[in-house]
Amino acid sequence: MNAPTSMGARPPHLLDFQDWTPERLGAILDNADTMLQVLDRPVKKVPALQGLTVCNAFFENSTRTRTSFELAARRMSADVLTFAAGASSVSKGESLRDTLEVLTSYKVDAYIVRHHAAGAAHLVARYSGKPVINAGDGRRAHPTQALLDAYTIRQEYGSLEGKKIAILGDIRHSRVARSNAELLPKLGAQVVLCGPATLLPPGLAKMPGVTLTTDPREAVRGAHAVMALRLQRERMAGGFLGSLQEYADTYQVNDTLLQEAESGAIVLHPGPMNRDLEISSDAADGPQSRILKQVENGQAIRMSVLYHLLVGRN
Amino acid sequence: MITITNIKRVGSEKTESVTIEGGLIKGWNLPEEGQVIDGQGGTVAPALIELHAHLREPGQTEKEDLSSGLAAAAAGGYGTVVSMPNTSPVVDDPAIVRTLIEKAAGLGFARLRPAAALTKGQKGEELAELTYLKEAGAAMFTDDGRTNENARTLRLGLETAGSLGMVISVHAEDATLRADGVMNEGPVSEALGLPGNPAAAEAARVARDIEIVAGLHAQGVPARLHVQHLSTARALDLVRAAKAQGLPVTCEVCPHHLTLTDEALRSFDAIYKVAPPLRTQADADHLLEGLRDGSVDCLATDHAPHTRAEKERDLLDAPSGIAYIELAFPLMFTRFGETLGLERILDLMTAAPARVMGWDAPTLDAGAKADLVILDLSTERPVNPAEFRSKAKFTPWAGETLKGWPVLTIVDGRVAYRR
Ligand SMILES: [Zn+2]
Repeated sequence: MNAPTSMGARPPHLLDFQDWTPERLGAILDNADTMLQVLDRPVKKVPALQGLTVCNAFFENSTRTRTSFELAARRMSADVLTFAAGASSVSKGESLRDTLEVLTSYKVDAYIVRHHAAGAAHLVARYSGKPVINAGDGRRAHPTQALLDAYTIRQEYGSLEGKKIAILGDIRHSRVARSNAELLPKLGAQVVLCGPATLLPPGLAKMPGVTLTTDPREAVRGAHAVMALRLQRERMAGGFLGSLQEYADTYQVNDTLLQEAESGAIVLHPGPMNRDLEISSDAADGPQSRILKQVENGQAIRMSVLYHLLVGRN
Repeated sequence: MITITNIKRVGSEKTESVTIEGGLIKGWNLPEEGQVIDGQGGTVAPALIELHAHLREPGQTEKEDLSSGLAAAAAGGYGTVVSMPNTSPVVDDPAIVRTLIEKAAGLGFARLRPAAALTKGQKGEELAELTYLKEAGAAMFTDDGRTNENARTLRLGLETAGSLGMVISVHAEDATLRADGVMNEGPVSEALGLPGNPAAAEAARVARDIEIVAGLHAQGVPARLHVQHLSTARALDLVRAAKAQGLPVTCEVCPHHLTLTDEALRSFDAIYKVAPPLRTQADADHLLEGLRDGSVDCLATDHAPHTRAEKERDLLDAPSGIAYIELAFPLMFTRFGETLGLERILDLMTAAPARVMGWDAPTLDAGAKADLVILDLSTERPVNPAEFRSKAKFTPWAGETLKGWPVLTIVDGRVAYRR
């Protein structure tokens, strides 16, 4: 696939959205439509990545994301090598670089990387010299999640231009929030990040198209999409919150809060949910919810990203 | 006996020679005697003094050892190095101090003046045997590598060290405010999703320590506090105010905090991970102003070598530290030769650290100790880490063209380094 030059050079990796033009991002979203059609066929497989080996390098456990990527790669006919840290020598003190040297000897063509440290996917890109898809690095980025969120919103409204997207929860520790805050404004949306002051770092207000508020009603007012983030119960131990109940009473995405939003606003959640903590069951299961749609779209987006990064290279 | 010919003193165009005998400067422009070394028109200065280096011996010699670290120091123009005690075991035992000094003396590189731990095991709770450590040759006391969380212990240490005429130097950082921070807290750390270490962690700790000193000073207790690797504008303002009140507080600044900022972390390269972290350009500018107006007492490098494999870890996992004792002077001279001037830079790296420690001012007069360096102020050379004497053969400034490289370092009248 030789893209027109107006889209900018094709970035070799999807680490975050720094080097991505709106045109290239649009191409990934457009291509996901085709992938969704593939997923509707009786035989859900295309030969696009035949002969390539994709390594799912998961230094941090995440069954959902790993499964989604694995399936996406297999449906594109790639061979998949799965590396999961817990079961390997990483827990015995082997460094990221050592591990990569071993994986490289298996003749891997591309890496999908999940790691607890921000920047780890960048290091894999530097050390391996192969295309890398970031499947979540610490608090830094989770670009395919943001792409599937953007795709889900676009499905609803046709475009992100001028849309207001409210993201509520533990912004501080969230790679999903950071990736969406980077991506959605590039596609023309405004992003409002909202959470308790202890979980809302003021530095994020420097990102273009992003505003911050601790007031959930203000955040949601006039929003076209409202996203609740998973609240890690361990945050209590970190002293960030008075109590989980206090959090739920103030920041939970529920039908009352959604009344502030644009009518018909959709509800998103990256999963897995803590029901009745950051999101009420009414909101999660109601007619405005697109949470299951997100999972389905995740497949298509990951296939599209693999296609975009790997097909036609060399 | 050594005669070094063809050299110039700072501020003079006159070509001179100096003769060295028995570890002392015998005199200037005497008839050539003994080994004659051509100084190639270089500028002569007292050998540099480093108050803050991690030489990693004993116990961490995969990172550095006395031989590699002191050779690196000599190559950087240093004649004296104060080593930090956060080794394995910790330097909290007079026998270790003696062993280090003896071993270093036999190497013929820079002179070692080890700092000893302030507390047993650097645990911050019980004072080490400061009297015995001083007798063994300890140059100062510090729990650097850790922070002094127990304020009362620090106070007791200041009282004891003060009575011994010794300096306590502190890594001033409130560990609870620092929390899990791995870089400066601000828009860059937030954009990168890396845990931030706020400037307040340093400033709050400096404020606390100054208050302890002020309390002792008011009672006539001779406490001497030195703030290590000061990195923030607000902490510097606190030190400046303390000095204005006549309090016995000094501070050092590291060239990496003057020349690099948190923007460097955008590379996610742990080579830039250092404690305290690289701050903002505004902080760096403020520190430079402090060097100019005298509120910063001296420069120190906090030479902190680690293995390449350790620094190739991710930013959460990698240890903190940058090692560059070999290029500290060229870096300062190249970047700030115009703004600060050669004389001020040399003062900050020679007489100023001596003043902090209460040591005799280094001079080049006849009869003085023959610790000197010849600097080539004009030849530009790219930084080549492969040539480092240090075991840490990598640096943020690799490939950068610098001038001011040492060509000869004399320590105790002997050649410790010659290019
Ligand atoms: Zn320190």
